[in-house]
Amino acid sequence: MSHRRKVLTSLGVLAVALTATGLGLAGGDKQSAKDTLVFGAAADPTLLDPSLVSDGESFRITDQIFEGLTRLRPGTLQVEPGLATSWKASKDAKTFTFTLRKGVKFHDGTPFDGKAACYNFDRWYNFPGPLQSDAASYYYNTVFVGFRKPATKDTPGPKEALYKSCRAIGTSQIVIRLNRSFGPFVGVIGLDSFTMQSPTALKKYGADKGRLDGEGVFHSEGTYGTEHPTGTGAYKLKSWEVGNRLVLERNDAYWGKKAFLKTVIFRPISNNAARLQALQTGEIQGYDLVEPQDIATIKKSSKLKILSRPAFNVGYVTINQKVKPFDNVLVRQAVAYGLDRPGVVKSFYAGRGAVASQFMPPSLLGYAKDVTKYSYDPAKAKQLLQKAGVTLPLKVDFWYPTDISRPYMPDPARNFQAFAASLNKSGFEVVPHSAPWRPDYVGRVNAGTAGALNLIGWTGDYGDPDNFIGTFFRTEQTQWGFKNPAIFNLLNKALAEPNPAKRTQLYQQANRLIMKFLPGVPYVHTSPALAFQKNVVGYKPSPVSLEPFAIVQIK
Amino acid sequence: MLRFVVRRLLLLVPILLGLSILVFCWIRALPGSPAESLLGERATPESIRQIRQQYGLDRPIYVQYWRYVKTTAGGDLGTSIASRRTVKSEIGRRFPATIELALAAMLFAVVVGLPLGFFAAKHHGGAFDQLSLVLSLIGISMPIFFLALILKYAFSVRLGWLPTVGRQDVLLDVGHPTGFYLLDGLLEGNMVAFWDAIKHLMLPAIALGSIPLAIVARITRAAVLDVQNEDYVRTARAKGLSPLVVDNRHVLRNALLPVSTIVGLQVGLLLSGAVLTETVFAFPGMGSWLQEAIFNRDYPVLQGGILFVAIVVVLVNLLVDISYGLINPRIRLAGR
Repeated sequence: MSHRRKVLTSLGVLAVALTATGLGLAGGDKQSAKDTLVFGAAADPTLLDPSLVSDGESFRITDQIFEGLTRLRPGTLQVEPGLATSWKASKDAKTFTFTLRKGVKFHDGTPFDGKAACYNFDRWYNFPGPLQSDAASYYYNTVFVGFRKPATKDTPGPKEALYKSCRAIGTSQIVIRLNRSFGPFVGVIGLDSFTMQSPTALKKYGADKGRLDGEGVFHSEGTYGTEHPTGTGAYKLKSWEVGNRLVLERNDAYWGKKAFLKTVIFRPISNNAARLQALQTGEIQGYDLVEPQDIATIKKSSKLKILSRPAFNVGYVTINQKVKPFDNVLVRQAVAYGLDRPGVVKSFYAGRGAVASQFMPPSLLGYAKDVTKYSYDPAKAKQLLQKAGVTLPLKVDFWYPTDISRPYMPDPARNFQAFAASLNKSGFEVVPHSAPWRPDYVGRVNAGTAGALNLIGWTGDYGDPDNFIGTFFRTEQTQWGFKNPAIFNLLNKALAEPNPAKRTQLYQQANRLIMKFLPGVPYVHTSPALAFQKNVVGYKPSPVSLEPFAIVQIK
Repeated sequence: MLRFVVRRLLLLVPILLGLSILVFCWIRALPGSPAESLLGERATPESIRQIRQQYGLDRPIYVQYWRYVKTTAGGDLGTSIASRRTVKSEIGRRFPATIELALAAMLFAVVVGLPLGFFAAKHHGGAFDQLSLVLSLIGISMPIFFLALILKYAFSVRLGWLPTVGRQDVLLDVGHPTGFYLLDGLLEGNMVAFWDAIKHLMLPAIALGSIPLAIVARITRAAVLDVQNEDYVRTARAKGLSPLVVDNRHVLRNALLPVSTIVGLQVGLLLSGAVLTETVFAFPGMGSWLQEAIFNRDYPVLQGGILFVAIVVVLVNLLVDISYGLINPRIRLAGR
């Protein structure tokens, strides 16, 4: 009996302890101080050197630490002065003169002047071999193209480079010369990858120093990108514990309006459901990339709110013209009439999608309201196929990705099923194919081996139409399998034009031409959602995800 | 004993060699490569070629393997393609998290499973026995991630008792000299941090410990049932020893033998279960790291990480075998 009593007593103690534990934790609904915000990031940043990263989680942080010569007005694509107060472009859009803001200092006290600005441009142009790959300097490669000393015979060199030189005139002016006309230059250098970094810190902490291992992989030997990122921004890095938290603290010596919050903490939580639950419990006060299915739950809560990021993406169906008979415009038109785009957007986007009429979102200059439109009309699709002289039903290999949710395509399989059903009613016989998104689907699409039709899309990097229709159609690409000099020339002309009004006209013209030629069928632009605690105010979602935390407050 | 340990350690060499070949070939047999994962929609054929070249993925597979063996033998596990941090530094950061979680889960399994099994055996066929059987079945059959979600919903979202993610409250400023947060809290004399780390461990440990708990309970029950009918137990009772002494000294101690083996064998299970648990709880350990690496086709991480986990599992099994001898002196390892 005594034994049993002992056991019962032990169990009783355990129960009391557990209850006490529970009660002790009951205050676990964390509310951080009003001057600290905890934001749930999907991952740790890769590196805090913005010129050597291309992922959104790195930019989310570097955007608070660094500033560019120009920047976008929060929440818009409107270019405004950043570290440059004004600028002038030559008529041929090859020479740009920037007047720099005076009295600005980097976090380490180094003055920001013409010399510092040119040091940055020259640094990118002179990147050592391992930093020349797309995996490291994606945006430099995309915009500036070539390096002074190309590492391999395949790497573009000075001849192909956009950048020619940067010259400081006194302390507060620089002249940047380009090898060819580039109209969007002023907007593009506002990109995070081209923000200004302290030359002193870059050298002191070995930003470009490293060694190649036996596998040819670059090992950074410096601590610049992990411990000492040094910019001019409203926040500076306090600490970074990978996997746990990254802490930014207010730069009290900031040249402009100081940040409201003293501290911003980024906490990596890769699992979507875990981010939502952390928001519900108050462990974080906001997060990005809210899943469409979670929006209703968040809206229902009296403590939480949803913010919408303006649409800056496009979901589309590629039509590969290398596959016969899709080189015939009548067949491509039949595809456009045969896709039930309004049905898909209405059913699968939780009210966050708009039917796309062209390959770029309405917020960009050059969007044309009067492009050729294709409504869902199975009968018309069949007529067009008959007119094209093909036997009905026309068999078509249609690919879609699995294991992926993109802002413009939350559930590709459902989009595919609806599109396949509507095409089957329109004189086609869809043969379904799928592949996992990571890593082989995208490769197939780009290589032109994902059937005649496939589902894909694009989220813009920067606020210029060239980043959408220029990326898709300015040159010949295996994804589309066509050669149309009229479109190529028009887009190249628009890219070289520095005058915004003229560029607008050229891009409008291009959009009309593209939608007549119909290389594919754009079907949706979506507004991704962010979620916050209701007491977080001032967060302005930007189409390109460049969102300053300096203007955020906790009420 | 020494010969046994040395022999087992030498066995590690062919095991690791075989495993490295398997892992090396397996991840390369998966469709795609890190290049496409890195660049997403932006992957052009040229950029893919460039990255494949940079990481040596364009060379014949035996050349790649030989380079891998050479660098690994030199102690270099490579650099993560996705995060660009060295595999060694990532293991250093993440392994303590997983170990802490696995130990907590095992502690939970043993502390709850042992008495559960013991009392089930003592009340063989009774209501408690039936109840423990049902609980064990639930523990074994419920997927870890599902249990984890239920626990989180109940104890964090609804009741607000426990945190849902990570290892520590990010608002706490505390150093982590060892990477074992419980130990760090104690070393720094920061009881708030220590208690906070315990709170963060509770739900993941319960979720991860559910299967071992069920197994420990069942094995304990079976072992106790076996042992309590042994002659020496009957003798002890006949000598007039109190039931408590008989249970403690004769029944439980002998029943512990199979249980200790099972506990050791659970290490592999715990490490694989950690993949799901760590993902659901955003717990920055080896499991969530390897899971991301599979999605990213991060070859160096998978090669280095899996090799490391394999070494750990083999070493733990060796320790179990040694402890087996210590618990039961009748077993002579040297004679094996």
